[in-house]
Amino acid sequence: MSLDVFAPDESSSSESLTIGQAIANLQGEDLGLRMYAAWWLGRFRVREPVAVSLLIQALEDEADRTEEGGYPLRRNAARALGKLGDRQAVLPLIQSLDCSDFYVREAAAQSLEMLGDPVCIPNLISLLKAGLQGNHLVPNQPDFSQPYDAILEALGTLGATVAVPLISLFLDHPIERIQYAAARAMYQLTQDVIYGERLVQALAGKDLQLRRSALADLGAIGYLPAAEAIAQTLAENSIKLIALKGLLEHQIYMSPSNELSEGAVRVMTLMDGLL
Amino acid sequence: EAVEQLSAARLEAAIPTLIAALGYNNPGAAVAAVEGLIEIGKPAVTPLIELLDGYNYGARAWAIRALAGIGDPRGLEMLLDAAKNDFSFSVRRGAARGLGTIAWEDLPPEQLQSAQTQVLETLLQVSQDHQWVVRYAAVTALQKLAIAVAISHTDWAMQIITHFDRQVESEDNLTVIARIWLAQRE
Repeated sequence: MSLDVFAPDESSSSESLTIGQAIANLQGEDLGLRMYAAWWLGRFRVREPVAVSLLIQALEDEADRTEEGGYPLRRNAARALGKLGDRQAVLPLIQSLDCSDFYVREAAAQSLEMLGDPVCIPNLISLLKAGLQGNHLVPNQPDFSQPYDAILEALGTLGATVAVPLISLFLDHPIERIQYAAARAMYQLTQDVIYGERLVQALAGKDLQLRRSALADLGAIGYLPAAEAIAQTLAENSIKLIALKGLLEHQIYMSPSNELSEGAVRVMTLMDGLL
Repeated sequence: EAVEQLSAARLEAAIPTLIAALGYNNPGAAVAAVEGLIEIGKPAVTPLIELLDGYNYGARAWAIRALAGIGDPRGLEMLLDAAKNDFSFSVRRGAARGLGTIAWEDLPPEQLQSAQTQVLETLLQVSQDHQWVVRYAAVTALQKLAIAVAISHTDWAMQIITHFDRQVESEDNLTVIARIWLAQRE
């Protein structure tokens, strides 16, 4: 969803593919067309049962391999299945968490987060444990072997309070993006402002990419005290507006219908100033 | 940094340099230049409009943002066109917002009615944009327009209020809905 924001506008050429054709392409011989069809079915939210079952089958594809041994079709199928919102995909995606391709595992964790079924929590936890040795991070750092940020974010969204002691260890991970993912999950699971404030501090960091990442995290957790800091962050207004949108919608979910809280009005005033 | 210092000085003599900075393909410099041009205000409008006739796209987008920030009615044509037709949603967003901050008192009275009609029609159209943030910006501008015409053209203000009632029913983006609620409060 948020990716769309960076594209100027969707070109009409991608929409000119029909659903029938995309489904046919997904079963065809041409590897490029198959991969594109998998992406397309997710992008346009084609929730047809046949699309879902073909994408699930594609998670076990062996035909499409990169030179390094990656599985491009599996990656796109895993991403698409999160967008389609069909829980039939949960168990197959759990199996994909064991795929040898890092990006398939990452996509599977992200899609399991989107599907929202807590049944995958134990599997996510065991993947997270790959980065731990007892009560410490593994000594070989920085450790890139698992998509820790995607795993941490999924555990936070899925309400995996049982994982709090493990997640907190990743607050000290040498990769900042992973620290933020841990802080985001910790906030979601404990509602302790200390973790929200940690993300607010990250807004003042030196690296634009990391500031963007912290903006996305604050938007995702809807941390209202960050509103002013978000508006002042050195980053594109488009990205700040999306983060504030996250805060605003969180406020609205929390308040009775048609009532605008003081916080909601505050956030909209800031948003107006960024248009 | 040089651009920031020039902007801070708010000197009319800085206008050509600031306008040149819009074309540098350096977002930091462009942001500072836009702010500087908005501070300078009216004297920057004619040079900005001239720039819009034939310069690269990036510079045009920044110039539209500066015109939106200044609010001088001479920029109106540009804003109307950009709000409807620009391919970049962030330019449509900025232009739509700018349509709400036009300094109507600067317009000769005989032109006021037709200009406000055009703005109203454009904003009603832009409030159907497929990007939520452009629709959000259109709501802010319609709210301002409703206030501006509340006495002179009660019928238009009514039309805007009715529009909000309908849009809030058909809108699927929660943030845009919330912004309509806020506009309806006024």
